[in-house]
Amino acid sequence: MTSTPATAVRVLAPTGMLGAGFPPATVDRGLELGADVIAVDGGSTDSGPYYLGSGTAKTTAAAVAGDLRILLRAASTAGIPLIIGSCGTSGTDSGVDWVAGIAARILDEERLSLTVARVYSEQTAAALKERLNEGRVHPLPPMGDLDASTLDECTRIVGMMGHEPIADALAAGAQVVLAGRATDTAVAAAVPLTRGMPAGPTWHASKIVECGGQCTTDPRAGGVLATIDRDGFTIEPLDPSNACTPASVAAHMLYETVDPFRMREPAGTLVVGDATYTALDDRRVRVEGSRFEPAGQHTIKLEGARVTGYETMSFTAIRDPHILARIEEWVALLHEILTGRVRQTLGLDPSGYAVDIRPYGYNAVLGSIDPADGPPREVGVMLLVSAPDQATATAIAKIANPLMLHLPTRDMDHLPSLAFATSPAETERGPAYEFALNHVVDVDEPSGMFRIEITEGASRD
Amino acid sequence: MTDEHRRTLGDMAKEIRSKNAGPFWVTMELFMRSAADYATVADEDFVNERVIARLYDLDPASVQIFRIPTLNVVKISFPRPVPQGGLRDRDIHAGQHHVPLAALVPAG
Repeated sequence: MTSTPATAVRVLAPTGMLGAGFPPATVDRGLELGADVIAVDGGSTDSGPYYLGSGTAKTTAAAVAGDLRILLRAASTAGIPLIIGSCGTSGTDSGVDWVAGIAARILDEERLSLTVARVYSEQTAAALKERLNEGRVHPLPPMGDLDASTLDECTRIVGMMGHEPIADALAAGAQVVLAGRATDTAVAAAVPLTRGMPAGPTWHASKIVECGGQCTTDPRAGGVLATIDRDGFTIEPLDPSNACTPASVAAHMLYETVDPFRMREPAGTLVVGDATYTALDDRRVRVEGSRFEPAGQHTIKLEGARVTGYETMSFTAIRDPHILARIEEWVALLHEILTGRVRQTLGLDPSGYAVDIRPYGYNAVLGSIDPADGPPREVGVMLLVSAPDQATATAIAKIANPLMLHLPTRDMDHLPSLAFATSPAETERGPAYEFALNHVVDVDEPSGMFRIEITEGASRD
Repeated sequence: MTDEHRRTLGDMAKEIRSKNAGPFWVTMELFMRSAADYATVADEDFVNERVIARLYDLDPASVQIFRIPTLNVVKISFPRPVPQGGLRDRDIHAGQHHVPLAALVPAG
C-alpha cells in the first residue's frame, strides 16, 4: 500500500478488549502522537467455552457500540485503519456479523464513509476431517491425537488467524477490519509487518500491547502506543499521567502465557529471552533484542466447543454450627441419598447424569488441595446437575430440593430447615459446553482457511 | 515472629497470582520484593517440580518452572487439572489457584 518504506510504525491499543471502555481523551492523545493504526482485541477463550459453543458474545452490545463509535470516528478523522480481532468474544462468524451490524449502524448515524472487511474464521468439520486424514492435524500439549468424531461433536470450530488475512483485507482497500478468531497479537502486527517493520520487534510489541494498559503501572488509565522501528520498539501509555516501566513492560510477557520467553504464532516463534528493557524517561520504555524464528511449517490453531449436557443449578445455605462442624459428612450424605432417590424415582444410574456438590465457604474453590481447614462460619451449597436433556437435569435438582431443605447429619434426631437463597431454588442453565480442541493444522497458504467479504463505504454526499 | 506463625510465601511476596494460560493450562507467578527474597524462592531445593506436584496433586513431569532473576519472579505452569468451564471446574479463570503456593513456608 505504501511505496516508500516507513522508518517507524505506531500502533494505538486503546483497551485490552472491545467493550471494556477507555477514556476518549486517550485515543485523541494517540492520534496526536501520530498513530498509524488502531488495533483492538475483541475476545478471548478466558471466560470459558460457552461463548464459542453458543456463538454469542460476553460483552453487551451497548458497551461494544460505545467503544466502537469513538474508534470509528478516530479512524475516519485520522485516515488510519481500525482493526478488531476475535469479534464477538470467540470470533465465530456470528460474532463477526454481530460487530459488523453494530459498526454499520454507527457509520450510518455518524455519516462516516469507511470500507469495512469481515474476515471469517469458522471451519467446517468436513474440511478439517480431510486435513486430519492427510495427517495435517497435530495435538498441542496436554491434548492427545484428534478423533474425527470430536470434530462432528463441536457446535462451532474456529481457526486462529495470523496477520496475513488481515493484511489481505487492508490490501483490498478495507479501512476497518472486523476479524474472526485471531491471535491476540495479529491485530497489532498486521500494519507494521506490511510496512516493512522487522518481525521480532513487531510481534513482541504486539504481545505487550494486546491487553492495552496492562503493561503500565495503572492498567485502569486507558491504553498504550507502541512505536516499532528497525531496531526495536518504544512503548508509552496514552494517559500522560500513567507510566510504563521496564518491570511493568517485561512482566507482561508473563501474563496468561505458559512460557514467558517463547510464544508461537502461526508463522513462527517470538523469542524474547535476550530482550532488553530500558527506561527512556519516567514513562516510556525502549525494548530491543526481540527475535522471531520463522517456522518450517505454517500452522493454524483450532478451537472448538461441544455440548457436554444440560445443566440445572440449585443453591442452599447452612449456618447451623452443628452441621457446619460435620460439613464433609453432610455433603457425602446428600450425594448418597440423592443418588438413591434418583435411581428410585427416575430409574437413572449415576452413569446417566452427573452432579457436582460445592460447599462454598468451606472448600468449594480448591477442594482437596485447599491448605486451610477448620469449621466454616457459614456455607453456601451449590448443586450443579448435568444430564443429557434439560428436563432430566431439572428433575434431579427437584429431587434434591427436599434434601437441600431438610437433610440432617447422621447424629441429629430432628430435621433442620436450611436457607434456600431463592424461590424456586432451581435455575435452568441450558446447554453447557467444553473446549474439545487444542490442535493445529499444517497449511501451505496462511490465508487459505479464512474468507474476506468487503462492504464499500457508503457515499454520504 | 513465633515458630507457629512462620512467614509464608504469601507474606513475603509483593504479589502471587494465578490465571489460565489458554483453556488447558494454569500459570502462576511469584513476584518477590528483593533479590534476597527471590533467591529464597528460586532455590531449587525449596520450590521445585515435586513440591508443586504435591501441592496441586499433579504428575511432576507436567510442571514447568521458569526462574527470572531480572524481574525477581518465579513462574510456574502446569496443565489444568480440570478443563476450563467443565462441570467440575470451580475456578473458570483459575484465578484462585495461587493459594496453596502462597501457604508454603520457607525452611530456616
